[in-house]
Amino acid sequence: MKFDLLIINGKLIDPAFGFSKKGDIGIKDGKIEKIYAPGKLTPKVISTFPKESILDANGAVVTPGLVDIHVHLREPGREDEETVVSGCESAAAGGFTSLCCMPNTQPAIDNQETVKFVTSLAENADCRVYCIGAITKNREGKELSEIGDLVKAGIVAISDDGDYVQNPDLMRRALEYARMFDLPVITHAEDEFLAAGGVMNESFQSTKLGMPGTPAVAEEIAVIRDIKLAGLTDSRLHVAHVSTVGGVEAIRRGKAEGVKVTAEAAPHHFTLTDDLIAERFDTNLRVNPPLRTEADRQAIIEGLIDGTIDCIATDHAPHTEEEKDTVFDEAPPGIIGLETSLGLAITELVGKGYLSLPDMLAKMSANPAHIMGLTSNKLQEGEIADLTIFNPDAAWIVKEKKFKSKCKNSPFVERKLKGKILVTIMNGRVTFRAK
Amino acid sequence: MKLSSRHLLQLEGVPKKDLELILDSAVSFREILDRPIKKVPPLRGKTVVNVFYEPSTRTRISFDLAEKRLSADTISFSASASSVKKGESLKDTVRNIEAMKIDMVVVRHRSPGVPYYLTQCLDANIINAGDGTHEHPTQGLLDIFTIRQKYKRIKGLRVLLVGDIKHSRVARSNIWGLKTLGASVAICGPTTLLPYEAERFGIDIYTDINEAMEGVDVVNILRIQLERQKAGLFPSQREYTNLFGISRERLKRLNKNFTIMHPGPMNRGVEITNDVADGPASVILDQVTNGQAVRMAVLYLLSGVDERDSSEDSE
Ligand SMILES: [Zn+2]
Ligand SMILES: [Zn+2]
Repeated sequence: MKFDLLIINGKLIDPAFGFSKKGDIGIKDGKIEKIYAPGKLTPKVISTFPKESILDANGAVVTPGLVDIHVHLREPGREDEETVVSGCESAAAGGFTSLCCMPNTQPAIDNQETVKFVTSLAENADCRVYCIGAITKNREGKELSEIGDLVKAGIVAISDDGDYVQNPDLMRRALEYARMFDLPVITHAEDEFLAAGGVMNESFQSTKLGMPGTPAVAEEIAVIRDIKLAGLTDSRLHVAHVSTVGGVEAIRRGKAEGVKVTAEAAPHHFTLTDDLIAERFDTNLRVNPPLRTEADRQAIIEGLIDGTIDCIATDHAPHTEEEKDTVFDEAPPGIIGLETSLGLAITELVGKGYLSLPDMLAKMSANPAHIMGLTSNKLQEGEIADLTIFNPDAAWIVKEKKFKSKCKNSPFVERKLKGKILVTIMNGRVTFRAK
Repeated sequence: MKLSSRHLLQLEGVPKKDLELILDSAVSFREILDRPIKKVPPLRGKTVVNVFYEPSTRTRISFDLAEKRLSADTISFSASASSVKKGESLKDTVRNIEAMKIDMVVVRHRSPGVPYYLTQCLDANIINAGDGTHEHPTQGLLDIFTIRQKYKRIKGLRVLLVGDIKHSRVARSNIWGLKTLGASVAICGPTTLLPYEAERFGIDIYTDINEAMEGVDVVNILRIQLERQKAGLFPSQREYTNLFGISRERLKRLNKNFTIMHPGPMNRGVEITNDVADGPASVILDQVTNGQAVRMAVLYLLSGVDERDSSEDSE
């Protein structure tokens, strides 16, 4: 057997199937051709392969490619911030082999043409790209987009991310209509009246700084409303970037009541709190939803542990240095996240004993793939070779210069993380290799 | 003696000895203001720029005079007449000014944190003249100076701030400064104008003005802005005046030898009646005079001119 790529000595973990074992993998024509049990592939056989087609994963974990279901690629419209190609490069560097991009582009992804445009740009990129279509035309929250048409063009979910669908009746119709296609509806849960003008979490920190705050209830009320509507319509709701105690509780209750609700949390929400803002007024601490309190952070970790929060998604939101180099309340909210996500999850969740490594990996690959109905992502013979190889014990320091994203707006620059991506393989092709 | 920072960005976290140094220095500058010739040389050769992105005639004049009385060269820059409208960034604007070789910047801006941001862009000493609803440290200092002038102490006094605490930079600076110096502080206002979790400042919170004034030495009355009514934060000016306006009848509950303060500009008949504003306990005009002395002290101390050692990067 001649392989295109041979991965040897790796520890294979597939969280979806619950295994963790040593083994070697032969890849051919973009597929996992053969998985060998330890010792089956003898050094003698290995020596018959050309050196450049062998990847020694000694000490590293080989796992199905990571999936990020919440990414802002900015193309079309803001190619100065990110393009499909640069975003995919950043994703590959973070160990991702699939991503879902949000429709808040200019124009919005609310029609077949834009879906096709983005998909065509992603054809030769370093990551699989699935589009999320807009719930409403031009994301204006007024009329439903042609959701059926978007489904035909290949979208995997709908969302007006960046904005909450404020009109509850319209949201009800969106959920009802999406049920026809078994399409998840992703909510950016934020009551616009309660959140109006807020630039950070409403807390003692906002009180001290005199900054207008967004209260936690702006999220809680929005989550509760949408869970009620999902229950009413028996449709699939996915809550993006949950950030509050009350948001997590509402999802937990919804699940217990049998509502088809899933949820994601962003690494910055389980890592940082709003206490940091007073130190430096760092605009890279301005995100939406905002960094909350320690109690909220703990609630998110609790939700990740008990399964209330199904997955980790970055909400990768590039903004240029020019946009972020200003005072806090004038900077656009959002930070990049693709390249620090795994490191933060390992450091903050696995390293602190909250999640086992396989459970954490499930939240970054199997679960998000399942929510979005993506099929790749299994460590099995015959499956597409989307793989992530990382060393869970290797420490590294986040360096601004090393980001592949077009933007560097990360609050984690110079932070020491554990868990380093070594190689990312998408469709049997190496899309990233650490130097 | 020297301040522990080369900027004055806020009163939160400023150590007691720094506050005392500023207040003590202000005493001698206050004496200068009573002389026939009110000008002294310490800042000769230094250039101070007043960058005001928000209209504020009072604070600007006060700083400008303080600078001139210390013999500094001053330039004033206001946003309305400038490049801000053309979209030039704050950083570029200020860097342009700094390129003209200036030593200190006094800045007023609607966004919290702007003075801190400038310390990251510039080498000059930065003085916060009000950043959004964050802090207004020289106003806090002049209020404290005025109180100390009358009582010869701060420790043990009970100070009440009345009005829109939530949107008041003056309130925040007062709270931090007074608490550091050992006063007990209380706030009173409609619940919609009290900041979230304000009790964590370590202060008493009242919504009943009569209760709040019991046993108080100093009442600092903040300006009520009509926009807050439009934003739905209180129902009407009339109701505000009924519930929180300071009139002579309400003064009975205060301690003997009480003091009435107001950072100005006053809405007479709304948050304060004429007889209170102009009554014997009012130190409102002293606050204005003292503001100059305090600002002279701050400018003087931050400029580091008196230091033999010119390396002043002790942050
Ligand atoms: Zn969002
Ligand atoms: Zn987003």
